[in-house]
Formats: sequence, C-alpha cells, structure tokens
Amino acid sequence: MSNKPIDMDIAHVAKLARLALTDDEAAQFAAQFAHLFTYIRQLQELDVDTIPATAQVIPLRNVMRDDIVTPSLERDAALGNAPDWEGPYFRTPRILE
Amino acid sequence: MRCGHEIREAVIRRQVSAEEVTRAALASIEALEPTLHAYLCLLAERALKHARVLDQRIAAGDDPGPLAGVPVAVKDIFCVAGEVTTAGSKILANFRPPYSATAVERLEAAGAIIIGKTNMDEFAMGSSCENSAFGETRNPWDPSRVPGGSSGGSASTVGAGSVPIALGTDTGGSIREPASFCNIVGLKPTYGRVSRYGMIAFASSLDQAGPMTGCVRDAAITLGAIAGHDPRDATSVDEPVPDFCAGLRTDLNGIRIGIVPEFEEHIAQSDPDMAALYRRAYEDLRALGAQLVEVHLPHVRYGLATYYLIAPAECSSNLARYDGVRYGLRVETDKDVYTMFEQTRAAGFGPEVKRRIILGTYALSAGYYDAYYLRAQKVRTLIKRDFDDAFTQCDVIASPAVSCPAFALGAKTADPVAMYLMDYFTIPMSLAGVPALSVPAGYVRDLPVGLQLTGPAFAEAGVLGVAYAYEQATGHAQSRRPAVMAAAHR
Repeated sequence: MSNKPIDMDIAHVAKLARLALTDDEAAQFAAQFAHLFTYIRQLQELDVDTIPATAQVIPLRNVMRDDIVTPSLERDAALGNAPDWEGPYFRTPRILE
Repeated sequence: MRCGHEIREAVIRRQVSAEEVTRAALASIEALEPTLHAYLCLLAERALKHARVLDQRIAAGDDPGPLAGVPVAVKDIFCVAGEVTTAGSKILANFRPPYSATAVERLEAAGAIIIGKTNMDEFAMGSSCENSAFGETRNPWDPSRVPGGSSGGSASTVGAGSVPIALGTDTGGSIREPASFCNIVGLKPTYGRVSRYGMIAFASSLDQAGPMTGCVRDAAITLGAIAGHDPRDATSVDEPVPDFCAGLRTDLNGIRIGIVPEFEEHIAQSDPDMAALYRRAYEDLRALGAQLVEVHLPHVRYGLATYYLIAPAECSSNLARYDGVRYGLRVETDKDVYTMFEQTRAAGFGPEVKRRIILGTYALSAGYYDAYYLRAQKVRTLIKRDFDDAFTQCDVIASPAVSCPAFALGAKTADPVAMYLMDYFTIPMSLAGVPALSVPAGYVRDLPVGLQLTGPAFAEAGVLGVAYAYEQATGHAQSRRPAVMAAAHR
C-alpha cells in the first residue's frame, strides 16, 4: 500500500477547528494521515448506495421530558471554573472591532 | 486484595471495618505509585470519611448495598463533585466539576468507597496510556511495558491488586484492551446501558462506561450497580436491569459459541502464538459443554477505517467546547477572541487530540462529508448487520481481544496507525453497540492476554455467564502473580 498524499488543506481545516498548528505539526499530521488513508480508502471498495446510515445504534426516538421547572446549577457554581468573568457574565477578549 | 464481593461480606459481618479496608487500599496504592503511576489523584480524606459513615451504618444494622465498603477507583474522565477532573488533559488541569457523574453516584449509593481518579490517555484517545498529559502509567506485569489504554490507570491498579474494582470507559476498546494487558476482567456494556452523564465526552455514539475487575462476579455486581435509565442522559436506555449474578454458571451446556474466521485469519497473521492460545481457549469452552459454530462477520475488516472517521468526527464536535471561556485553560492574548481560541487549544491539547480534531474536522467539512463521514456511517450499518446475522446462529461470539500482549513503552508512539491497529478486534463491537468483555485467557511470552466474549444488545448476563464458567474452569488469572503487586496479595 502506498501512502498517497491526501486532498487536505491542513491550514484551512485547522482554521475551521480553531486550532493553531505549527508548521512541524502540520507536516507530521499530513504524513500520518497519508498512512491512515491507505486504510480509509478501503471503504471505497464497498457499494453503499442503498445502505442507510447509522448515526446511533439504539432504538431511541426523540426523548421528551415533562415540562416542569426544576432547579439548575447555581450561577456561582456555573461561573466557578471560568478563566474570567464579570458579575453574572463570562468575560472574553473583544469579539467585534 | 481479595475480590470485591468477599470484601463486602467481611465488612457486613464486621470481620473488618470499611475504614480498615480503605486504609489498606490507600497504603497499597501509595507503595506502588512510584512504580506504576496509575493515579492522577487520591481522594484519601473523602474516602475515609465515607468509610467511617458506612461503618456506623453497618453497626446500626443497616445494609449499605452490594458494594458496601469496597474500594473502587474511577477513571479521571468521570466527574466527582468538587474534585479535580482532568480527562488526562492540560486543558482541564484545574477543572473542578460542580456535580458528580451518575455512574459515580450509583457506585456510592451501592456502598462503594471511591478511592481515587486513575490516569488515562488524554480524552480517552489512545491504546497505551502514553497520551496522558501527566505522564504514563506502567503495567504491573512488567513496568517497562504499557498497561494499555485508554483506561490504563484503572487496569494497572486492579491488575496490581491495590483495589478490586475500577471504572473505565470504552469507545473503541479502551476497557477491553487494557484489561487484557493487565490480566483482569473488563466489560464494555451495551451502548446506552450505563448513563454517560458526568462522563467527559469523546465520541458520543460510541462512549460507554463499564467495570474493570479482578473477577467476573465483581464485574456482574458492578454493572448491576451502575446500569439503568437516567433522565439526565437521553441516550441511556429504559431497559430493565436484571440481576447479572443470577446468570453466572459453571457449565456451558446448550450454549452456542460463534467463532469468526475473519478474526482467526487476522490473529494467525499477526502472531501465531496468540492464535494458538485462542484455539486452546475455544477448546476449553467446548469442554465446558458449549457448541462451537462458525459465524462470519464479513465487514469487520472495514472496522478500523470506519471508526477512524466516525470517532474523530464526533470528537472534533465534542471538543469544540474547550475554548477558554466557560472552564479550563485560557491563553491570554491582546488580540481578538478567535486568536484566544486558537492559542488556548494549541497549548491545551496534546498531539493525539490535535490529530483527531483535524482529521474529524476534515471528514465533516464541506465537499468531503459524503465521501468520508456519511460513507463511514453506512459501513457502520453493514457491520451492525453482520452482528445481527451472527446472533441468529450463536449466543455469544468468542474472539481475540488483542493481537499481542502488552508492548514496550515508546514502541508505538511514533506511528499512530500502529497504535490504532491495537483496537482491531474491539472496534467492531463498539460500532455495533453490542456488549463485549475481556477475561484472562493465559499467557504468551509470560505476559497475560484476554479472551473477548461478545453478545447481542442487552445480553450482558449471557456474556458474563460464559465468562464466569471459563474463569472458574481455567483459573488463568490466579495461576501467576504480577511482578508488581499489592502486599496483601503476596
């Protein structure tokens, strides 16, 4: 099996994933994915046109609960792990110019 | 240490107190930690407090439950309210959840004493425990080798005899492979059998919690304690929870056990010594009265490819929540919020997690979704149908759990695909959602390996029944002692 390079623009995908990669990481991942895709391409051997997709394996449909208000997490507990907050809000760096 | 059910008997009869048992477990762990590093934190004060309350209840004539006074370790993927819970990641190094996982609450309701949080591959991504951000765990059978993963800390501490029971999670083999490597019993229940509430998510259509124990009976008891519907997890199934101990049996008369030629071919190519061991195991099952039948699973050879599209896709979505806003690490920047996201995630995640986020984001991205993710979901249907067909011809499938015994630390870290191949025999059951267990099956080159037993959905009792008969007849786990072990075992 040859490790053909795959059709992936890693910089673009990393942008979609909001994940900064170094050049070394990007190059290493590209080589590793080329190897992995020698397996993944095996899926192209199968004719699956008429096969339904399985997203989950248990016979569950939409699950509804009773429309009753119950206590939820206290605000202080919800904010307790936040890196930064102000009053009742999570605080982030600026979002808009 | 003895089995959990024996400890419970002794505690209930007041031959030993829960506090004494807890202190002994803590002492054993502390003595072995320099060698094994199985834990990310010990909950000593909390455990002793719970043990003393339990002793008072027993003195007052109360029966605190099927795990009364039994020390139990939990993988650090389960939230314990107020205690640091990291999932093996730097991004959660200081995270203290405001609530506990349902599985943890149910263990405590059954009388278990939660003793500590065990090491794991970061976000359960790995097969060796070497992807932990906090250092690797070692195998009690040979500390130069891995304990398996991702539930490696749980497997190591049970294998060494420090605690009789631990909780693990399994997405593609993360309970069964380390159980096999550390000579213990590891059960991945049916998807939906155990609530995932408070269990940090990796791949939500595959993740499932289960017991890792020194003996089959403890696995049955522990599953009984944690199983059942939970309104806080909409994917937990409202299916009756039987008495799993009632199905434990000592013969296999009338049981049809399926042997899978596709798996046998793969193990024969991987390691002839392993193939020979499994042939002996199947003969042992036949000697117990089982009828061996050949069943085909023609699509399991596509399991690895299918899994390495579906699991990374789901992980890329689940791990989007680690953005430095509501909890976890934040890398401060004087630039905008997007730069903060990218820098936080770059600093907080390790290489394997980054690799899977990139792979999963790619598989879901515009232009590639149909070719990769959707196609993988369709092949998942074919794999599930293979199991449905097989279980019209047999009650339980017997197969290898792993293709080799525990490997040396560092042997596979440079080659992700070699690491992924460790889960060749366990991934198909995860994709099909069916229950599967690894039980000690003997030794190859003086290292333990496990036999995998798989049943139809919600047939854990049948799987445990076969495992019990095999365990009682062969006694593999008791026939040798690990190199690193608790003093109480010596």
